[in-house]
Amino acid sequence: MKIIVLLKMVPDVVEELELAADGKALDTEFLRMIANELDNHALEEALLLKEKYSGTVTVVALDAPEVDDALFTALAKGADQALKITDGDGTLGTRAGAYRLAQTISSIPGLLPADLILTGAQAIDDLDGLTAPLVSHLLRLPQLGIVTKVSVDTTAGVATVLREFPGGVRGEYEVKLPAVLGIQAAKKPPRYVPVAKVRAAMKSQAIQSVVAPTAADGGVCLLPVEEMTKPEVTEHAQMLQGSPEEIADQLCEILAARGLL
Amino acid sequence: MVTANHGVFSPPAPPDITLENLTEFPEGRRVLTCIQCGTCAGTCPYGELMQYPPRRIIGMLRAGELEKVFTSDSLLNCVACYACTAKCPRGIDLTGVLLPLVKEQVLLRLPEMPAELQKALENKLRYGNPMGESPRKRAAWVKTAGVPVRILHEDPRPVDVLWFVECYSSYYPRGQQCARAIAKVFHALGVDFAILGNEEKCAGECGRLSWERGLYNTLMEYNMLVLGKYQFKRIVTSCPHAYDAFRYRYTALKFNYDLMHVAPFLAQHFDRLKPMLKRKASCTVTYHDSCCLARHSSVYEEPRLLLQAIPGVKLVEMTHNRVNTICCGGGGGGMWLDTYYKAKGYERLSERRVKEAIATGADILAVACPYEISRFEDALKVLGYEKKMIVRDIVELLAEAMEV
Repeated sequence: MKIIVLLKMVPDVVEELELAADGKALDTEFLRMIANELDNHALEEALLLKEKYSGTVTVVALDAPEVDDALFTALAKGADQALKITDGDGTLGTRAGAYRLAQTISSIPGLLPADLILTGAQAIDDLDGLTAPLVSHLLRLPQLGIVTKVSVDTTAGVATVLREFPGGVRGEYEVKLPAVLGIQAAKKPPRYVPVAKVRAAMKSQAIQSVVAPTAADGGVCLLPVEEMTKPEVTEHAQMLQGSPEEIADQLCEILAARGLL
Repeated sequence: MVTANHGVFSPPAPPDITLENLTEFPEGRRVLTCIQCGTCAGTCPYGELMQYPPRRIIGMLRAGELEKVFTSDSLLNCVACYACTAKCPRGIDLTGVLLPLVKEQVLLRLPEMPAELQKALENKLRYGNPMGESPRKRAAWVKTAGVPVRILHEDPRPVDVLWFVECYSSYYPRGQQCARAIAKVFHALGVDFAILGNEEKCAGECGRLSWERGLYNTLMEYNMLVLGKYQFKRIVTSCPHAYDAFRYRYTALKFNYDLMHVAPFLAQHFDRLKPMLKRKASCTVTYHDSCCLARHSSVYEEPRLLLQAIPGVKLVEMTHNRVNTICCGGGGGGMWLDTYYKAKGYERLSERRVKEAIATGADILAVACPYEISRFEDALKVLGYEKKMIVRDIVELLAEAMEV
């Protein structure tokens, strides 16, 4: 089975995010990038599928600061190949990023068709979870998002996936391969890889740099950012004090005053 | 400033002792001199819970059946407390050599790494601290120190004492109180000191003892690089785990700085310190010997000397003291395995220790390791003793007595 994982670097919110002087982007001076958490789940799911059905896992990422660490970590975890798309300024939005990913993976001889293309269902800078649908649209493949379980019938070329919906509703789908899946959670939490293994991977394995084919535009509209602002600080929470009965009374009053009772 | 631009991984370190090359090292060959007396298992605080206590591990090693040991997770209970090492009649360094290597294999074979431990290890690699706090905030506590604290990358002039603050004192609110106390005491004594500030990263806990060799080597190489940038006469650290790592592990990278834990360092200034301890405390104190500082490095008397110098302090001993101390449960990665132990229904060692402390009738449990403040305060709350006893670092008690 051939699996491609699309991995993207996102701002690490351990550092406070600051706005750049022009008010249109994040200040990159102290910004650190980290692999999108759900992309790590996509990688884990890919590795679990590889372990179960055998095959190969190729990780593809757009160039960004610290992306090499993320790719070597993926290789140390068991990915077979790591590709880094080197052109681009790392500030692509979701739509342009998805376009570049789709365009590049279709331009590499022998990479497609893959049985599955997995990526995170969301990212902190893509809460709409558009990467998987956009890539699938560009590659003309079926897509399912918010996936929490994947099993594959390799002879029939079909995957059975569990997709989550709001309100605790889940749906089981059958999808013909090849397909694109937006992974919400792997079957197991992303594995730990000993640092020594990553260091060994850095010595013995390589990240392949690939250049995206010249954009033929392809109808991609790069929405320019006009303004970026910090969230507005709203009023602080009101702490209710007193005995449980008094607190209950106060709570009822507040709810009634707001027209919620 | 050493930046993270080149990534968090550094090049591979020199060859290290492994299970495969064990007998190529004198300390590895010594393991094979075991007489199977079982003192190790008897002295181990979690010995009765281990399917393979140290004695059996050596037996299995000799029988060529070590692979079986790896399938049991019982060695995750090893809190790297050096009890077995200290008591071994053959002088086998179980805690320092054999057990972390076996533990590494146990962890690698687990179907899932305990989540808390995994997060702590990933955080140490990426952020240089187990909590996952911003490395840029490591020195943030300095603003509230109340006395000037020089940060070397801002003012790189040579300094007498390089104080290695470590993670819990830098980030954890209760630890920061201790850091402030140390800064104040240093300042009052006129110590010429400075810290690495945001350039400092976790020393690697007690080195390999939290099992992750690659992580430990990465942190070690990084810290050696940073230390090499500055001129100082000695390193003083308030963290026994960093002390342990520096003293026994960093030597692999030719660490030969003059090194002291803060307690013996202050004991050196005893004659000047004593008259400054003016405020009468009127309390009974029991002192918990930390594994790394006490049992592994024989620092027993200096903390007691300092405590007894405080007017009104009556020092009482717990049943297990000095070389017989009981681990707080935080070593060897245990700091991040509490949930795992709890899920298995094991008694937390911090709770066992606190019960002993309460039995002395003391009001204050004095400690000299930043891990212990949080562990014992939590244990006191869990057992409902939080009104009976408080936990204080010895330097906090000194600062209070000095009224600084």
